[in-house]
Amino acid sequence: MTGPTAGDSDFSDSSDPFATDASSSASSGIPSIGKSFTAPTAANDVLQAQHLSKRFGAVTALVDINLHLAQGEILGLIGDNGAGKSTLLKILCGFQPPDTGQIVVNGQEVALKSVDHARSLGIDCVYQDLALVNQLSVYHNMFLNREKVRWPVLNNRAMRRAAREYLNEMGVNIPSVDTEVSNLSGGQRQAIAVARAVYSDAKILLLDEPLAAMGAKEVALILDLIRDLKRRGDVSIIVIAHNYGQVLEICDRVNLLQHGQITLDKLSSDTSVQELNDIVVAEYRRAMQDRQRSA
Amino acid sequence: MSDTAQRADPALGLPPPGRPTPPALAALRRGLAFAGKQREATVLVVVVLLIVYFGFISSAGRGSFLGSVNLVNLSQVAAPIMIIAVAEVMLLICGEIDLSPGFVYSFAPFLMYFLITYHHFPVIAAIIVSLLMGLFVGWVNGFLTVTLGLPSFITTLGTGFALEGITLSTSNATQASPPTNSLYIGSFLGNNGYAEIIWAVVLVAIFHVILVRTRWGLHTVAAGSNQLGAREAGINVARIKYGNFMVSGVLGAFVGIQIAFQTNVIDPSAGGYQPMFYAVAAAVIGGTAMLGGSGTIIGALLGSVMLAVLTNGFQVIGISAYPLDIIFGGAILIAMIANIQLTRLRSAGRRR
Repeated sequence: MTGPTAGDSDFSDSSDPFATDASSSASSGIPSIGKSFTAPTAANDVLQAQHLSKRFGAVTALVDINLHLAQGEILGLIGDNGAGKSTLLKILCGFQPPDTGQIVVNGQEVALKSVDHARSLGIDCVYQDLALVNQLSVYHNMFLNREKVRWPVLNNRAMRRAAREYLNEMGVNIPSVDTEVSNLSGGQRQAIAVARAVYSDAKILLLDEPLAAMGAKEVALILDLIRDLKRRGDVSIIVIAHNYGQVLEICDRVNLLQHGQITLDKLSSDTSVQELNDIVVAEYRRAMQDRQRSA
Repeated sequence: MSDTAQRADPALGLPPPGRPTPPALAALRRGLAFAGKQREATVLVVVVLLIVYFGFISSAGRGSFLGSVNLVNLSQVAAPIMIIAVAEVMLLICGEIDLSPGFVYSFAPFLMYFLITYHHFPVIAAIIVSLLMGLFVGWVNGFLTVTLGLPSFITTLGTGFALEGITLSTSNATQASPPTNSLYIGSFLGNNGYAEIIWAVVLVAIFHVILVRTRWGLHTVAAGSNQLGAREAGINVARIKYGNFMVSGVLGAFVGIQIAFQTNVIDPSAGGYQPMFYAVAAAVIGGTAMLGGSGTIIGALLGSVMLAVLTNGFQVIGISAYPLDIIFGGAILIAMIANIQLTRLRSAGRRR
């Protein structure tokens, strides 16, 4: 466990979400947390996000995000739908720029220009929508935008072989790497998207709900894969998931995102499924009450 | 295979997503899937049947459908459709359409003519500038569609009209002849029997390889099949679309110049919508999806030949041009219906 020492810093407010008055919660939506919480940082952080914010028109997706990821660490990112988890990940992988804030990769501040730029820095992402192209074969999807080329044409043979070997090694069960991705089940598609990111040799992996839409067997496969990467120690992972049990099982540390802010940052060993559930449910209840009161 | 994965789901407490398919239906579906994948083969069969039909029914000799004279005619009908269809296939696959190549086609030979006659450009330079004009029109289409976000149907309608206006006003709506000093080069481009079809086949071969064997082709499919996913994978979708619009512009200009040399007249009423409609029809008959994501250059080639055989064949056997369009419309509709139904049947058992 390489979790940072300050990971369990004081979040006592959030553990007692009923302690705030309704007016403050109605105005900010985030009742009990200080506006700008600066994440504790450690010398071995491979990735830091500082004061990230993002708006989409009138919608504020991220308010003031401070997040860090240590070398070899697995960080779980949880929170309700619409809390901004995917937006945050899409900023960290270079898909979209933040409105404000900095991203620090391996101690160097970088302005991620594109997904390719982030990849060149060792950051790769599995998107919630998987970013697979239905009409293309499994092996073309595996190497999408990273195709092996024997100029001027694609080296299909090398890609096919590499994809087949790697998927076999991972234990992903598909009819053939020549199959169009549209013919695969949700779980198989998910496995291919994850395999693609892992295969790229990324040092920082961002996984947006890698366990959604998967059968029990495939969930086990992905969890094994993540544990494998953890054992290797040179890969750091941020994973978004809804199943708190799975999150606490594989993650070293958990961040809770609510209304575009990180409202909890704890080591997995210092929290429980019960606690996480309580916080999220309490938040939901309060939001309902606010709505009723204002109605 | 996907069936096993679906049956694995109840282990998670989820209901299976669909009723299990009876074997007979599954076999039918497999058969249809095969036929769907062999759409090009279907078009090929139709083309062969049409050629045999017209070959038998037309009178024998040099003037017959398969006589040497008519084969040249036939090739000259097919070639321009093929070349523009190549461009339309690339654009349709990446989810766009270009209505303007026929108007680039009209203007390009005039531009060449003006440059040679009034500005004393060397012939090669004038042709290159005319092709660059096509490239520029493609860039404008790309800018309006990709950067400003207009639907390409509207974009290219607008640039098409504008170009038609430019052609008519600069030419005063009068015909011209290709300058005599350009005729030598012209004989390589179009004014020489099979010159056009050779160009067309070479271009078809090049773009077939580009589509199925290069990153550009792969990314074109990705952009049309799942635009967001392609962008998430880091593909520069905007660049792909700009590029394909520019290809379309250049090929439109190229065909216009070819036709000017072939017919030995630069006609302001040549081009227009017709070449584009034939090309799109050829692409669709050949199995290219209007909504992007799939299509083949070879299919477009066969579609072009089919349309050319229909047009030319009915002329040879002496059927009036008026009912021809009825057959034409019917052929396009039947091809489209087959296209959609096969795709629907293929995806019927697929989990979305």
